[in-house]
Amino acid sequence: MRALTWHGRHDVRVDTVDDPEIINPRDAIIKITATAICGSDLHLYDGYIPTMQSGDILGHEFMGEVVEIGPKSTLKKGQKVVVPFTIACGSCYHCGKHQYSACDNGLPADNQDIAQTLYGQPMSGLFGYSHMTGGYAGGQAEYVRVPFSDVGPIVIPEGIDDEKVLFLSDILPTGWMAAENADIEPGDTVAVWGCGPVGLFAVQSAFLMGAERVIAIDHFPRRLELAKKFGAETINFEDSGVYDALLEMTGGIGPDAVIDSVGLEAHGFFVDNVIDQIKKSTFLGTDRTHAIRQAIYACRKGGRVSMPAVYGGFVDKFPLGAFMEKGLTLKTGQTHVQHYLPGLLAAILEEKIDTTFLISHRLSLEEAPQGYKMFHDNQNEVTKVVLKPGLAPTL
Amino acid sequence: MPDVTTDDAPLSASKHPSAAIDVATDTLLEKRGDSIVGRSVTINRPRAELFAYFRDFANLPTFMENVVRIDVLDSKRSHWVVKAPAGKTVEWDSVVTDEADGSYIAWASEPGADINNSGRIEFRDAGARGTVVTATLLYDPPAGVVGKLIAKLFQREPAIQARRDLRRFKQLMETGEIATAAQTRQQFEEELA
Repeated sequence: MRALTWHGRHDVRVDTVDDPEIINPRDAIIKITATAICGSDLHLYDGYIPTMQSGDILGHEFMGEVVEIGPKSTLKKGQKVVVPFTIACGSCYHCGKHQYSACDNGLPADNQDIAQTLYGQPMSGLFGYSHMTGGYAGGQAEYVRVPFSDVGPIVIPEGIDDEKVLFLSDILPTGWMAAENADIEPGDTVAVWGCGPVGLFAVQSAFLMGAERVIAIDHFPRRLELAKKFGAETINFEDSGVYDALLEMTGGIGPDAVIDSVGLEAHGFFVDNVIDQIKKSTFLGTDRTHAIRQAIYACRKGGRVSMPAVYGGFVDKFPLGAFMEKGLTLKTGQTHVQHYLPGLLAAILEEKIDTTFLISHRLSLEEAPQGYKMFHDNQNEVTKVVLKPGLAPTL
Repeated sequence: MPDVTTDDAPLSASKHPSAAIDVATDTLLEKRGDSIVGRSVTINRPRAELFAYFRDFANLPTFMENVVRIDVLDSKRSHWVVKAPAGKTVEWDSVVTDEADGSYIAWASEPGADINNSGRIEFRDAGARGTVVTATLLYDPPAGVVGKLIAKLFQREPAIQARRDLRRFKQLMETGEIATAAQTRQQFEEELA
């Protein structure tokens, strides 16, 4: 089959590789009909994520048709499914509590060593996201092997357009959980750093959960425009001071809840960012974290901090003092995708949540490398690239 | 001699391994080596089911990656064939020295073993979380410290193996399968080899 493979920093290619096969009883093979490039794929593209190997197949946002099933799969051939990016067993203690991204058994036993050393306990497996998360082949390919297919994939009713439901795989539940983690109360003002897909879904979710105002922060005009469309007020950090703006816009109080959906590659010419960047490029290995610092600083006393953004390692200059003195609460984590799927599918079908607005580019799988470059180089215009193996190349 | 009983931490976490081994071999298991490995895992299945699966030693190669095969000789004795670095194997006869149905099994290698070793596995109820399974192993590093380093390079070191085998035991018992990222059956077979 054809698949998008990683070969190093800014080097991804479409190669011909072996078709995946059923290995374990609960496996299924999915023929991909649509897959997206995620903002977190850019962390791989930029070489920020360790334990990548040349030839790894990327992609953790995908859906398709069931073409093969193991004896313990509950799927049926021909069904259309969206697959969560988190690989979880459904049987362990954490899965029982719906903490799917903390699944004990999603990672192969040998791969658990790396995560255990780095984080203290290993987490669930992830598709197409380095060997620390299991070394599983991703879905930017013609076919993908899906372990625990009786637990993860959600079956989509017939006649629903792929583009409407594709984002159930990651960014929609991630944006939703980000808002949920902000414990929003009616009348709240919520500030969201980063108007990428997760931030934009967090904006929509925050309003659905009763926020009175949402303030969206970014520097890409196109993305701020999209946030405005959903009713958010905006701050462009290249034109306005974020802390001053937030304080003034909330009568000197600060936002009740803050959401960092930027993560370890925060942009902007800030002193702490520059120092982080120097350390990162000299392998001293701290994450670039301006957004979370600013969020904590601006958050109102006793407020809530939600951090859906991806971080991998250590941070310097974490404002622990502000965090403690103001009595903030922080909630974070990889998304427990499986937990949110039924509710969010219903919300899409009832048209309570708009998903397709995000897609700016539709490319064939063969054009995936150009897709990565476009997404990387022009984050203003390119809000989301969807790859369709069946599509004729257009670039 | 340092006192290893000043707190409630398990012997495997002791900073004084030789003293810990003395305590362990006093009560828990036979002394068959100077290196101690201890590891616990919580498995979301009933204690009796886990004990029964483990006590049938012919099952163990399913999740013990380095064990080539185990021949059950009688109700107490079994013959073990285990992978060693550089494509070699090591063998020994093992005898159950103590056991309590559903609770624990202790075993020790018999004279003439390629690697002297002894061990104990305990199964304790953990309420809604299932069962805590604790393995404690004593062994003679193959050809001493240098052998241990070489074994570590080839990932055949007992400490690494014990940790990974327990995880695979948990996976098998909780999910009915052992997680793998292999894409093809051929790749899967190669990983097991």
